[in-house]
Amino acid sequence: MRINSVKSLTRAAGRARGERKRLETEVLVCAGTGCLANGSMDVAEAFLGAIRRRKLEARLKLGFKTTGCHGFCEKGPLVIIQPQGIFYKGVKAKDVKEIVDQTLLKGQVIQRLLYRDPNTKQRVEQYAEIPFYSKQHRIALRNIGKIDPKCIDDCLAVGGYTGLAKALTEMKPTEVIDAVTESGLRGRGGGGFPTGRKWKTCREAEDPTKYVLCNADEGDPGAFMDRSICEGDPHAVLEGMVIGAWAVGASKGYIYVREEYPLAVKHLQAAIEQARERGFLGDDILGTGFSYDVQIARGGGAFVCGESSALMKSVAGEVGEPRAKYVHSVIRGLYDKPTVLNNVETWANVPWIITEGAAAFASLGTKKSTGTKTFSLVGKVKNTGLVEVPMGITLREIIYDIGGGIIKNRPFKGVQTGGPSGGCLPEGKLDLPVDFDTLTEAGSMMGSGGMIVMDDRTCMVDVARYFLKFLVDESCGKCVPCREGVHQLHQTVNDICAGNGRPGDLERIEALSDVVVKASLCALGKSAPNPILSTLRYFREEYEAHINDRKCPAGVCRNLFTFRISPEICNGCGLCAKSCPVDCIAGEKKEVHVIDASVCTRCGACRNVCPTDAVEVI
Amino acid sequence: MSEKVVNLEINGRGFQAREGMTILEVAKREGIPIPTLCHHDALEPVGACRLCMVEITHPNWRGWKGLVTACLYPVEEGLQVTTESQEIHQVRKTILDLLLARCPDAPYIQKVAAEHGVTATSFKKNEVQTVCILCGLCVRVCAVKGCNAIGTARRGIRREIAAPFGMPPPDCIGCTSCAHICPTDAIPWEDVNGVRKIWDQEFEMVRCVSCGRPIMPVTQLEFEAKRAGISPDYMTTCPACSQQKTLETIRTAFTIKRPASEDAVEAAS
Repeated sequence: MRINSVKSLTRAAGRARGERKRLETEVLVCAGTGCLANGSMDVAEAFLGAIRRRKLEARLKLGFKTTGCHGFCEKGPLVIIQPQGIFYKGVKAKDVKEIVDQTLLKGQVIQRLLYRDPNTKQRVEQYAEIPFYSKQHRIALRNIGKIDPKCIDDCLAVGGYTGLAKALTEMKPTEVIDAVTESGLRGRGGGGFPTGRKWKTCREAEDPTKYVLCNADEGDPGAFMDRSICEGDPHAVLEGMVIGAWAVGASKGYIYVREEYPLAVKHLQAAIEQARERGFLGDDILGTGFSYDVQIARGGGAFVCGESSALMKSVAGEVGEPRAKYVHSVIRGLYDKPTVLNNVETWANVPWIITEGAAAFASLGTKKSTGTKTFSLVGKVKNTGLVEVPMGITLREIIYDIGGGIIKNRPFKGVQTGGPSGGCLPEGKLDLPVDFDTLTEAGSMMGSGGMIVMDDRTCMVDVARYFLKFLVDESCGKCVPCREGVHQLHQTVNDICAGNGRPGDLERIEALSDVVVKASLCALGKSAPNPILSTLRYFREEYEAHINDRKCPAGVCRNLFTFRISPEICNGCGLCAKSCPVDCIAGEKKEVHVIDASVCTRCGACRNVCPTDAVEVI
Repeated sequence: MSEKVVNLEINGRGFQAREGMTILEVAKREGIPIPTLCHHDALEPVGACRLCMVEITHPNWRGWKGLVTACLYPVEEGLQVTTESQEIHQVRKTILDLLLARCPDAPYIQKVAAEHGVTATSFKKNEVQTVCILCGLCVRVCAVKGCNAIGTARRGIRREIAAPFGMPPPDCIGCTSCAHICPTDAIPWEDVNGVRKIWDQEFEMVRCVSCGRPIMPVTQLEFEAKRAGISPDYMTTCPACSQQKTLETIRTAFTIKRPASEDAVEAAS
């Protein structure tokens, strides 16, 4: 039913809330991409079957829904039972009967499905008590995991579209821009440009035809913030965009989302259709006379299409290549018209700023980086997943308090922030506050929020090689420094990893990087040498060991080390011999084992299984 | 283009220019050399080769200065441009060094590189060597011509100029503009016995109605006539013959006598 006024929005929200209150118990199954891959659809179907067969809906006043990503992807599939807040992880379809019998019918908690804190070894019953969640502050992710993203009523029940109603009926466009400026919101896609200032310039541009776009072309390896938001709370993104369109005076927009995010595309498309039906999109929004509509533009998954000018070309149907932005896209963007392009997370923050006020947002975080930031915390950390934290929190808090520390309590070596164009920070930088400017100063960057944690068994030269390879593959090839220069950087680092490094390589890398940074056409090229420059800055001795001593101290570059079992430490358990794929480890039970280095392929399987850390790199 | 005039400085000398002109356009007009590889006056600049990088600053920029491509940067009031500095030379040298690793055997690149003091590449030569520097002039001229027969394919180091799906391009009219604009002669073509070969395709040529020499492919003739809105018959005389015919017409109209020297030439041949 179409909603034509603020009053009818309030009524619709009230009705939706009433429906929810009627329920005594609610079962939420996570259906984000991570949990789906772990089989959460089977779990959801098992629940639905049990509910139908055993008539639980009527018996227990039970509600059931699948939600977006809860962030704790590593432990999926996740099942949450409300209002008790019981959190079950790693649930399989065969566990559903037990959950119904024990928890839903008898109110008993199943211990074995509870989360076990890796450090205290304690089982934690409540969602909110798990350290992974208790340290977070969720604004952009505020509704994800609580609502069914496919159901607009569920979104209205938690206050969806009230920000839009407020902006359209109580605020002038310039007041909306002022509020966003005062909130201090900066672009979450990586650039960190003040959002309010971007909107203001676009509003003041002469051309009356303007566009408001959303960048959902997230492509950093290991990053899934935007995907989770699009999948889990697409209406927050749409609401933000309509508010933005009202502020700058646009009547049309696009969401540029990569084809590799099928669930995000599906949920966004459904949300657009529902929002149009209800009158939050299209003509005469909420009966105010303001019109704005959104279409989805699907990208082919080129990393460079996340760059604003390439994205706009791709939306327009041209080859997705960047252009020089001496005239900014807020003046001449899509189809040469003034265009505002913000990232998914930025848009998701906007409705909250309008409803809760700019001051509430500005009070979070640091002076120059306000609010919160979503990170995908991955790598060698115990609790991987999606986290949202106030700006200014330290890397140590994110990695050790929320992330639970390094897997197997190995020593921390570095953390890569900002995606392929970001950099690696060493242990000495762990107490840095995470905000736009501090990270840039330290030689890395905020980027869109990828955070890859690495332990002592990570070779930093190899890490640089990996990211350079990614950038070589993803460079569009339009300009010479990025196409040829990054290729040469990758070749040189490849040689170093293969044991063919030459004296002077590091100086040559630095000189070439300097030109690539200065002369490349777009931000992809200009930041492409970052992975190598930041690792050179903090881990230079590791490069030198590769070149001068022909050694890879971390035991990753296979030409540059051998494994040896320390006779002092080996307890003769034999696990290494069992795990060796080429059978090159010999030794009697309870006696020291020996590796035949001439056969060993240096795959590292023995090192990974050894319970006493007896396998050494020499 | 706007009629507004702006004042700018290049290498310390003051110049006036119309607003909207690029730094390169002003520099060319004033005879200040800025090297380019991917630029052509008749085509939209794209800033691909990065050889035309110059340093800019402005009295209002509180000391900020930076490198930009002269072919794309629009001039503005008070802009201060430096076209030569150690930093700029380093950028140009590195770019040519990189191009030499890609095209070690392209004489034109060897020449331009040598002019900048680079005689051999200091990098490892690319696995696949070519003479194409991917300046994209061919693609742009083909688009301006109205054909869009060729484009770029793949990305990064594997990027190449290509016809759709690697097949003979159906929209090609055989005009060879791409081959003629190419600075490194990377696009092969030939005319043999009234047949033109380019992009793996053969084009039958129209012969001049007067002298019988091949003029252009039939496809091009039809394309050009349609675009100009004239009958193809108007275009079936080669430029030399058509010039001769015009001359004859004028002479007949004004009854001008042929000069004796021309008679002599004709008699000799």
